[in-house]
Amino acid sequence: MFAYEFMTNAFAAAGIVAVVSGLVGYFLVMRGQTFAGHALSHIGFAGATGAGLLGLAPLWGLLAFTLAAGMVMGALSERISNRDVAIGVVLALALGFGLLFLHYYTSFATQATALLFGNVLAVDHGMIATLAVLGVITLAALAAIMRPLIFASLQPELAEAKGVRLRFVSTTFLAIVALAVSECAQIVGVLLVFTLMVGPPAAAQRITTGLWSGLLVAAALALAEAWMGLTMAFYTDWPVSFCIALLSALAYFATFSARAQHAHAVG
Amino acid sequence: MSIVTFDRVTLRVGHRKVLSDVGFKVEIGEFIGVLGPNGAGKTTLMRAILGLLPAESGTLTVFGQAPHCGNSAIGYLPQLRTVLPDLRVRGLDFIASSLNGERWGLPSVSRRDRNMIEKTLDAVGARDLAARPLSDMSGGERQRLLLAQALIGAPKLLLLDEPLISLDARHQEVAIDVVRKVCRERKITVLFSAHELNQLLGTLDRVLYLGNGRAVLGNVDEVVTAPVLSKLYGTDIQVLRANGHIFVMSRGRDVERADHLHDHHHHDHTHGHHH
Repeated sequence: MFAYEFMTNAFAAAGIVAVVSGLVGYFLVMRGQTFAGHALSHIGFAGATGAGLLGLAPLWGLLAFTLAAGMVMGALSERISNRDVAIGVVLALALGFGLLFLHYYTSFATQATALLFGNVLAVDHGMIATLAVLGVITLAALAAIMRPLIFASLQPELAEAKGVRLRFVSTTFLAIVALAVSECAQIVGVLLVFTLMVGPPAAAQRITTGLWSGLLVAAALALAEAWMGLTMAFYTDWPVSFCIALLSALAYFATFSARAQHAHAVG
Repeated sequence: MSIVTFDRVTLRVGHRKVLSDVGFKVEIGEFIGVLGPNGAGKTTLMRAILGLLPAESGTLTVFGQAPHCGNSAIGYLPQLRTVLPDLRVRGLDFIASSLNGERWGLPSVSRRDRNMIEKTLDAVGARDLAARPLSDMSGGERQRLLLAQALIGAPKLLLLDEPLISLDARHQEVAIDVVRKVCRERKITVLFSAHELNQLLGTLDRVLYLGNGRAVLGNVDEVVTAPVLSKLYGTDIQVLRANGHIFVMSRGRDVERADHLHDHHHHDHTHGHHH
């Protein structure tokens, strides 16, 4: 299967994105902000279709919209970002705008499926380079704020008392999530970013309680799911995103049954 | 030297004046019980001492200086503990996150940090919590973990905001005993806010009673009296003493207990909101 260039490209792109998604997603799960991450991807859809309307590559629209939305959500922090209803309303509105932009740019409609569900098999060298650069920026930013981010996530009141600027940390983090979401959407589409950003980290947190081991497992699981999903798609001819989504869900629920059996054996 | 002084201090949260023209002095090594109805300003007072809330007027000093954020001589156990119920983080990592948690970069735990955390956990009788995830701990165990965390870094002043909430009676006693023992040994000054006075009677040196924008600091016999409390609650209060217990009543109702029940309800409510 590696004889085909589109497959080696897909493996490279999915590999980069999976690692970034797994690592960033770990903190998304830790902070209980997974829904906010989901919303960012939907807002990104409006950005991507809007970019198409302007004749730009969808990735730049995705980036612009998710970054702006992430910063706004971070700045409104306590008031908005943990309110499911407010996020849900904005999310639906964003999808609506996405539809409107599609409506005015009809030739773009064939790309709608690619945006919503991903099109990793169409990735070229230029996109891989872009994803790699974005990935490095994302992870560098995450590494820079990781310490205060963990403190602020686990104990916001105490962190504030110790001089951590909570709003700055949460805004920066959501900007990082916006970057990761934009990359992730290139592989699995805006509707399925959960498969790489939430599934693997959530499973990792059920497998191990340590921070570094958790990050490692999250990244490894995301990578394994992405690559196995590609392999599975190649041999079955099913859509790649479906295969990754399936593996992600299986891995997550497997951690439940493993723990249930363990509890049963102990009890 | 006075550890904390308030001189005609007024504190405002949003549009509400929580404390106005308040004055008192806390001396070194004292165990102060901070009491008063809900919304009387117990948390606000602690936030001011931590340097999170500037005084609108008046002078407030901590260790003889103006309060400032990130003062490592203060140990703090906040009331609004947004511990996510599903958090699978080990006790040791949880505490480690607070060590130099304000610095940028990647987290790291040195051998020295680890030793310090384990020693402090030992001091509060919670060594076994280091390896267990938070999601598997009971309310009492979490509280002990947070107490250990507040004690790390050898603080000179401990601000404990409602540390007894969500503990059953036995664990409340254990928690008070631990604080008393550790703080007497290390000469730590303690501000301990609570809903009920009786559990603290054997432990506290003086009581700081808040209400109606005012604060009165003094011995229990001076402060917990009908005239003083009637002013602080803004209603007619009776104080009954029986078998070494003190009951603060308003129209035949125990105000502390009623507050407590109300607060529990409130607590659960906010908790549900986070899900």
